[in-house]
Amino acid sequence: MTSISPTINLSPKVSDEVRKTTCYMCACRCGINVHMKDGEVAYIEGNRDHPVNKGVLCAKGSAGIMQHNAPSRLRAPLKRVGPRGSGQFEEISWDEALDIAAGWLAPLRETDPSKLAFFTGRDQSQSFTSFWAQNFGTPNYAAHGGFCSVNMAAAGIYTMGGAFWEFGQPDWDRTKLFMLFGVAEDHDSNPIKMGIGRLKAQGGRIIGVNPIRTGYNAVADEWVGITPGTDGLFILALVHELLKAGKIDLEYLAQFTNAPVLVNSDPASPEHGLFLRNDAGQPLVMDRSTGEPAPFDQPGVRPDMAAVWEKDGVVHRPVMHLLAERYLSAEYGPDAVAGRCGVAADRIRDIAAELARVAFDEAFELPIAWTDFRGTRHTSMKGRPVSFHAMRGISAHSNGFQTCRSLHLLQILLGTVEVPGGFRFKPPYPKPVSAHPKPHYGVQAGKPLDGPHLGFVRGPEDLALKEDGTPARIDKAFTWENPMSSHGLMHMVISNAHAGDPYKIDTLFMYMANMSWNSTMNTSGVMNMLTDKDEHGAYVIPHIIYSDAYSSEMVAYADLILPDTTYLERHDCISLLDRPICEADAAADAIRWPVVEPDRDVRGFQTVLVQLANKMQLPGFTNADGSAKYEDYADYIVNHERKPGIGPLAGWRMNGNETSHGRGAPNLEQINRYIENGGFFVSHIPEDCAYMKPWNAGYQDWAVEMGLYDAPQPYIFDVYVETMRKFQLAAEGNGARQPPDHLRARIRETLDPLPIWYPPFEDSHVSEDNYPVHALTQRPMAMYHSWGTQNAWLRQIHGRNPLYVPTAIWQANGFAEGDWASVTSVHGSITVPVAHMAALNSNTVWTWNAIGKRKGAWALSEDATEATKGFLLNHLIHELLPPKGDGLRWANSDPVTGQAAWFDLRVRIEKARPQAEAQPAFDKLGSPVGVGPDTLTWKVKS
Amino acid sequence: MTTLPKSTEKQLGLVIDLDTCVGCHACVVSCKGWNTENYGAPLADLDAYGADPVGTFLNRVHSYEVEPETGPAQLIHFPKSCLHCEDAPCVTVCPTGASYKRVEDGIVLVNEDQCIGCGLCAWACPYGARELDGAEKVMKKCTLCVDRIYNENLPEEDRVPACVRTCPAGARHFGDLSDPSSDVSQLVRERDGMDLMPEQGTKPANKYLPPRPKDKISVESGQGEIPQLTPVAEEAKGFVGWLDRMLDKI
Repeated sequence: MTSISPTINLSPKVSDEVRKTTCYMCACRCGINVHMKDGEVAYIEGNRDHPVNKGVLCAKGSAGIMQHNAPSRLRAPLKRVGPRGSGQFEEISWDEALDIAAGWLAPLRETDPSKLAFFTGRDQSQSFTSFWAQNFGTPNYAAHGGFCSVNMAAAGIYTMGGAFWEFGQPDWDRTKLFMLFGVAEDHDSNPIKMGIGRLKAQGGRIIGVNPIRTGYNAVADEWVGITPGTDGLFILALVHELLKAGKIDLEYLAQFTNAPVLVNSDPASPEHGLFLRNDAGQPLVMDRSTGEPAPFDQPGVRPDMAAVWEKDGVVHRPVMHLLAERYLSAEYGPDAVAGRCGVAADRIRDIAAELARVAFDEAFELPIAWTDFRGTRHTSMKGRPVSFHAMRGISAHSNGFQTCRSLHLLQILLGTVEVPGGFRFKPPYPKPVSAHPKPHYGVQAGKPLDGPHLGFVRGPEDLALKEDGTPARIDKAFTWENPMSSHGLMHMVISNAHAGDPYKIDTLFMYMANMSWNSTMNTSGVMNMLTDKDEHGAYVIPHIIYSDAYSSEMVAYADLILPDTTYLERHDCISLLDRPICEADAAADAIRWPVVEPDRDVRGFQTVLVQLANKMQLPGFTNADGSAKYEDYADYIVNHERKPGIGPLAGWRMNGNETSHGRGAPNLEQINRYIENGGFFVSHIPEDCAYMKPWNAGYQDWAVEMGLYDAPQPYIFDVYVETMRKFQLAAEGNGARQPPDHLRARIRETLDPLPIWYPPFEDSHVSEDNYPVHALTQRPMAMYHSWGTQNAWLRQIHGRNPLYVPTAIWQANGFAEGDWASVTSVHGSITVPVAHMAALNSNTVWTWNAIGKRKGAWALSEDATEATKGFLLNHLIHELLPPKGDGLRWANSDPVTGQAAWFDLRVRIEKARPQAEAQPAFDKLGSPVGVGPDTLTWKVKS
Repeated sequence: MTTLPKSTEKQLGLVIDLDTCVGCHACVVSCKGWNTENYGAPLADLDAYGADPVGTFLNRVHSYEVEPETGPAQLIHFPKSCLHCEDAPCVTVCPTGASYKRVEDGIVLVNEDQCIGCGLCAWACPYGARELDGAEKVMKKCTLCVDRIYNENLPEEDRVPACVRTCPAGARHFGDLSDPSSDVSQLVRERDGMDLMPEQGTKPANKYLPPRPKDKISVESGQGEIPQLTPVAEEAKGFVGWLDRMLDKI
């Protein structure tokens, strides 16, 4: 038979219309083109004009159509009719749902607003939800940062006024060596992939530090398969090598960091370790021109990192002395750390040499003139083409804060932060601690809270403690147990509320947080806490309200469900007041808008909050005459002003009769302007302001104009964090506010003002002989937490999650394909399928995060692999460490920030008999949505 | 049996960079989305929310571990779709003429109207690149987005396969491999692009760029390719010596 080429239509109509909005398949927030046919979503692709993704789109984003149409979507408000945890509900009207919610909440507000705990999971509207909580008056508000990556955020802000993650990015166009720590997948999902592609096309190299070689680490030129929890030690060994060889940027350190700031070095002084300051409170440096101390920012000052200064018999030494003394010590030498890190000493030396070679031998100048904050004019900008990025792999440990600090110290010593080729901040960062609020917790019946909940403490005086010294917040954030807990501790809310410690609450109100399953430690324990009853037969946590778009495991544990829309059916703003989508070269924000209307009786959660606020007449939502300020969330987005001229969106505000960007009055047409522009707004930073931002007078002025700052606020990087020293001083017995005695030693040891490394806490609470193996999870690139499983396309990519076992453990146990193993921690045991993996640290096992599902959830059939063979490591991890005989239970968290120490987990592994199902197995949940259809042939006919 | 054209005017195809592919599956799902909505029958998913979901995909990413003689194990992500072979055995085996190779551009396609779903072509393809759709019972395969690449309803810059347009790492390249001056042909020359399983004699159009050598800064013995750093001061003088030497440099 001869070949027959039929005539085919090479130019079929693609769609009736393209609607441009913002993706919500993860936290990356790319621009998407939604192709519409006959009013339905037909195809989703990346928006080429968008600053985040520039047209590309990941697997999750492209699968958005399956999320939008998922059979797991909730359909109407639900009222629980069976026991908690059964999943038995009846559908009710929105009027009834809002009446019930307000009926529980309004009396709390009038009597004791702290009886409400409002925590908002993977919220992308935190500036709004926190505003709501503030106006309600409860101190008990946070999003999920405490169990996610507060170590990363807080260590970055305390050290240099911004972190990795959405705070900044490598200078992808100019960097030549990119070093990545602890990242499988990230919030910055597409930009990292784009950057790696660009870097490789330019001939750059990547060093990946991760116990597991997948994804980004698989394409890395060099892989360092480090032992979990030892990254900080490895980094400080690199610091040791670089210091010893003098491969540090002395000029950068002297000009732009507190390395020259004078520190009280008299151990007998009550101010030992604090900075020498003038009467105006400014830290002092030795000025090389005068030989006298001078404020660090004085015009013309030439900071001296060598000289010491004696005043009133007290010797003051520059931070640089303390720093060099510490890290030149042999305890940080490669030979001393190699065994612990699982990295050969020579490999550490080689990597240090490569960092030094690229940073110094490949340094370059960009001919861009700029003026620094001391008024000095520079004719060029020095580039050092080394950049770093890190994420949860290093931060989700009990030593994570100090490890993140160590990494920032390394890049600051190399002089690669905010310079061409290095790591660059994205507006509104850089933003020093001094520009952030302090925590607020002042509660008054019937009144708003006295300020924003979350912030950055400057010392013991800012802790959220009541007059009797007990915690003001239900999650015990900002207490001596974790003084610098800037994102709160969502993972402690349920256990504290259940224990009535520090006090009992009435209503737990949560949004997008799967706390009865994959978003919690001690999953079985948390289910029991949510369903536990007191001696009168009443639930220990009396009321639970939950909002989610989908039939997640948490739905079954709430009394009232407020069903959210999908991301294509809602208004949202990705605001500069919140977690924006800026690039290093531009300020940007974006919206979502209903590209389709919901076909179910659901409402966007933020609109429901507005409606609840109106029902309760919350102050920030109510005009003087008692009428509502905002009808819904879209109305709030356009008309709310946080301060005069500053609203949720920066683009197309009003300046008289003209539109203007940044500052300006509300513009009723603002959302339409965003839609016309593709769903986003972007304003580019002038070229001479694009680098050296913390010190660049031009950038500072631009930021004021944009409304990012109220006034220029140049600052120097804190390689030495004085705030931490203040907590140590308190622990040493100085000052009026004193920690409890049992915490003194730990505060002294862990709140060191210079980065340190100490072993993860679990190591000292469990026997390493009994639990010799590290156990981790990674997030797959094609899934976002629990969401991906309800997606018919994505679950075909990651529908199974065996426990990956390295060769040595595989052979020692005589494992074969198809085998099962029991995995036991000090807290619990699971029995799961195993698979062999060679590209893995020899003492680490791991699995994909949040693939395992409870039967009955997510509209999956009861026999779905996720519900039978899938499993969670969460069962092995407790929110408290095991008792160690001191009569205390220590939190399984970082002692600085309270971040959940997920990755400290130690286990032992034994071969198990083959199982029908992964253990522990749980009863099937009742489902408000049933099971999805058998066959999908998803084509919009037109 | 169906015959192949003696020659084609062009040979369009993909060049896939295995050094850069991070294995994110963006190409897999973008392909699924476009080809569900466009050319021929939608790509079905059977048992979509059940125990054994089986969907039709025209492009899949596999991951393989490699254990070199020295140095740590490596993981290679390997996207695979129809390679639009010059000597395509899937075409010659087709009993109805449904499977064919276009003279205009060398794309191998299935005319679904003539496909009887016998599966011979899938059996003949050494790459496993064809999938019989579970709902429609016709053979599905990569079309190289023939309904995108010439589509006048799309902006010119979007006239590339969906997988290429979406690839975040830029690991996928599209062009005419029969034109030695094309960007893709140059890339293949510069990076020693390879055929997949050349011994099969299929002369695939698609090419793979091999991963660059890895773990070269050092090997376990410390015999790295760059010299290690030299201390600024002798150990004996310790911190004081270091301070003198270093801070003199300012």
